[in-house]
Amino acid sequence: MAVTQVETPAPAGPPPRLTRPPRPSYVPGQRNVFTGLSHVALVVWSVTVIVPIVWTFMSSFKTNTEIFNEPLGLPGAFRLDAWGRAWDKARIPEYMLNTVIVVGLSTAGTMLFGSMAAYVLARYKFPGNRLIYFMFVSGMVFPVFLALVPLFLVVRQLGLLDTYLGLILVYIAYSLPFTIFFMAAFFRTLSTSVAEAAMIDGASHTRTFFQIMVPMAKPGLISITIFNVLGQWNQYLLPIVLLPSQDKWVITQGIANINTNAGYEVDWPSMFAALSMAIVPMIVVYIIFQRQIQSGLTAGAVK
Amino acid sequence: MRQGRYPFIIGFLVVPVVLYAVFVIGPYAQAFYIATTNWRGVSAHPKFIGFENFTRLFQDPVFWKAISHHLFLLLALPVITLTIALFLAFLLNVAGGSRSGGMSGIWGSKFYKIVYFFPQVLAVALIGVLFQAMYRPDSAGVLNGLLDLIGISPVGWLTQPNLALWSILAVMVWQAVGFYVVLFSAGMAAIPAEIYESAALDGCGRFRLFFGVTLPLLWDSLQVAWVYLGIAAFDAFVLVQVLSVDRGGPDGSTTVIPLEIWRQAFTFSRFGYASAMGVALFFLTLTFAVLTLRVTRRERIEY
Repeated sequence: MAVTQVETPAPAGPPPRLTRPPRPSYVPGQRNVFTGLSHVALVVWSVTVIVPIVWTFMSSFKTNTEIFNEPLGLPGAFRLDAWGRAWDKARIPEYMLNTVIVVGLSTAGTMLFGSMAAYVLARYKFPGNRLIYFMFVSGMVFPVFLALVPLFLVVRQLGLLDTYLGLILVYIAYSLPFTIFFMAAFFRTLSTSVAEAAMIDGASHTRTFFQIMVPMAKPGLISITIFNVLGQWNQYLLPIVLLPSQDKWVITQGIANINTNAGYEVDWPSMFAALSMAIVPMIVVYIIFQRQIQSGLTAGAVK
Repeated sequence: MRQGRYPFIIGFLVVPVVLYAVFVIGPYAQAFYIATTNWRGVSAHPKFIGFENFTRLFQDPVFWKAISHHLFLLLALPVITLTIALFLAFLLNVAGGSRSGGMSGIWGSKFYKIVYFFPQVLAVALIGVLFQAMYRPDSAGVLNGLLDLIGISPVGWLTQPNLALWSILAVMVWQAVGFYVVLFSAGMAAIPAEIYESAALDGCGRFRLFFGVTLPLLWDSLQVAWVYLGIAAFDAFVLVQVLSVDRGGPDGSTTVIPLEIWRQAFTFSRFGYASAMGVALFFLTLTFAVLTLRVTRRERIEY
């Protein structure tokens, strides 16, 4: 079937599904060998990706002795006591709640202010428009480490060091360049006629934006929201500089502390349980939103 | 147009611009100034010392060591990641069977992509802790446990100076590959089927198909990927800070400039010196980005 398909020229009538390359015409037997070998290579990489994660989960059900004597074996029984100890000691739920608060507010702020600025810069002509746009977008190329020391000093001077407000404002500010870059491009692709009709019907600029343009821009907003949520959730550098006290920590600080915490030397299962606890929500979120996550994270790289 | 246009524009821009100016533009601009002072954070008035920080920096062996690590990562990270990702993406898209009209990728390609992409969602700090357990120097780690099975004595993945950076590189590759598989798959799927068909009709083998058709048509994605990975090679902060022995050790054999900036600033309070390093990092990143875009510039192939 593949052979005949390749040999007939592409039909001119209804456009066929052209999204994927066709099978070149090879001898069938050879093709099966090639497909088989391909699966071997693909499975090898799947195993490479999965093993560290599965191993972490398995180790969380083991005892210390099992971990040291048979690191690769299955746990002798399904024990959850390490999870209980990790829940109390590693304070993972507490850090996670802190992170939800920070990331929730900062992503909301990023999306609100980012899309407002992007909309104005994309759709309104005024002196200084290009300058402001360029100022925002150039932020994408500067390494954050260049600003690290002065940023710390500014936040300290404003009395925002070690506060969630400080971290949230910094997250918003550093997420603006990409958000504005992407959303401005998105707003430019939307048709102007709907907005014009709304304006003729007497809607104000602000109302047109929130009731007409934002719903139209939903696909782009969703992609960039996911991009920002993941980026801010996984941020580690800014929290360790701006949020030093332990009872305010976000999840990445809590996890990184696991391996410097001497207490774990005697209780390995609970270290693995704490890690697993941090991974579980990511797996759940990933499985639910995997399509949007893939397109959201690769959004910046595809034209 | 109607009244209220300028109040609207200003109203929408004021918050994002102020946030951005205070937390991003201001710090970046100040960094260049602080780099020319001997500020230690305690004195009220930093003293201007010109380029002294930079002359000291260029005589600092740790700085040159860090630069050499960046050069290593700059070469090895893109080459290894892109080779694996291109290979896997090609298998996913071209090695498929001939079901449903012969246009589909390999069976299970969606599943493979979901698995490969997952590490992208995990925080680098978490991955660092996870791999610290994987790389354990005794046979309780996964890698040494595997070596133990075939009778090889444990290897100090992170404790041997000549091996530690490779171990960290491997984790970076482990996390990055999935992203580029998804990116390249999208690029390959966008290549029109007719091109593959005519190449196959002309008797083009799989290897020529890959190097003669797929690769040139993916040039844009490859260029973007190279820049992204290069920027990642100039960072590597979180992984080195969390995963390596002694934060950049053993004996400075894995240290990177971002880590030294952080250490100089927040361990030793040498704000001036840290900022000078930031300026150096900025020019390195800029040089890399400009050079890459120049060298890899090609006539775009329209299709």
